[in-house]
Amino acid sequence: MKSHVFRPLVVVISIVCIALIVRVFYVPKDFGVHERGYMYGWYRQGNIEEWKNVKVKYQGTEYCKDCHSDKYESIMTTPHAIIPCEDCHGPALEHPSEPPKLAVDKSRGLCLRCHSFLPYPTSGRANIRGINPDTHNPDTECVMCHNPHKPSLEGLK
Amino acid sequence: MNRRDFLKKTAVVVGGLSLPLSAFKILTPKELLASTGSKTKTRWVFLVDTYKCVGCGMCVKACKLENEIPYDANVTRTWVERYVITKDGKTFADTPKGARDGFVTSKIDLGEGRYQDIKDKDIDKAFFVPKLCNQCENPPCVQVCPVGATYQTDDGIVLVDRKWCIGCGYCIMGCPYGVRFFHPVYHTAEKCNFCYHRITKGLKTACVQACPFGARQIGNIKDPNDPVAKIIMTERVGILKEEYGTKPQVYYIGLDREVK
Repeated sequence: MKSHVFRPLVVVISIVCIALIVRVFYVPKDFGVHERGYMYGWYRQGNIEEWKNVKVKYQGTEYCKDCHSDKYESIMTTPHAIIPCEDCHGPALEHPSEPPKLAVDKSRGLCLRCHSFLPYPTSGRANIRGINPDTHNPDTECVMCHNPHKPSLEGLK
Repeated sequence: MNRRDFLKKTAVVVGGLSLPLSAFKILTPKELLASTGSKTKTRWVFLVDTYKCVGCGMCVKACKLENEIPYDANVTRTWVERYVITKDGKTFADTPKGARDGFVTSKIDLGEGRYQDIKDKDIDKAFFVPKLCNQCENPPCVQVCPVGATYQTDDGIVLVDRKWCIGCGYCIMGCPYGVRFFHPVYHTAEKCNFCYHRITKGLKTACVQACPFGARQIGNIKDPNDPVAKIIMTERVGILKEEYGTKPQVYYIGLDREVK
């Protein structure tokens, strides 16, 4: 074969060989076609474990109720019983070890998420007692007067 | 060749050609099982009751914190849309910051700093629709991935391999529901995965747990005793963009034709 054909051919073949060798070491053993076939199941299987190992941050109301039974029982008698503790108190993470104290969101904005009145007839929003945030004590925090654990008007501070 | 031989040989050739090549293929047991229906006992599905949703956005907040999506970046795995349909037939829809802070004003966010005030008496109907990944049975986002970085697990969840994703963005373009985005920190495709780390431990997803009104529910469609599966099987539920053939697995109660 003439050398002007042979030389580039050697280069191309060696590049292909290098790519194939690199591929053997670079692509993990668990990468390939799995249960759902090539179209939906071509992946690295170890990734499923990686996703399962993501840390759980929101622990749920059941996690709180044993240590904070007084708070738990008091809110359970009010319409706010449906609200999970962590919606206002933030994700528990590893509490009480880490963080030792949770930062409570006492902002007006948090209350207004439900209690800013919107007249939407085909949603649950219309059934929640609401206020107009522009006229109802606009510069005051709700918790100055209302107790979120005892939200009825009898619970006014 | 006489006529008898010719007819004989023709019959053999035609008969041989009519046998599909696949008839000679030997299936492995794994392939055989896959072709006769999945062996898994779990297929995660989601149920949203739009009548119950009040647009508080606690689900969006919980999702962002649980799944470490930068809180102030304008991307989110789940969001809540508001639809307001007026008496003169106009439809307004918005989702300011994905409803991370809920809906606290009746003004509709039109974008670019413009707001539309709608008088109470002009409203025909108005409601909230939570959105999240549909974990389609035929996920187009998975089909278009050129490197095998996104895939569907055998319990139906579409996951993204952050180590394998090259950030080409085909999946973000391919999703008809717009649920995918780039993660601002990892620079890889990101999406709702029904809190895979929670549901595989027997917990509810962060959004389901944070919802005070029970508007969001997660269940296993393959378990006949599952309360969510029972509702999907026996009540009237809708899905989004059925015409795309993606077979979405997030079911909605109270879906309206304005919802896209």
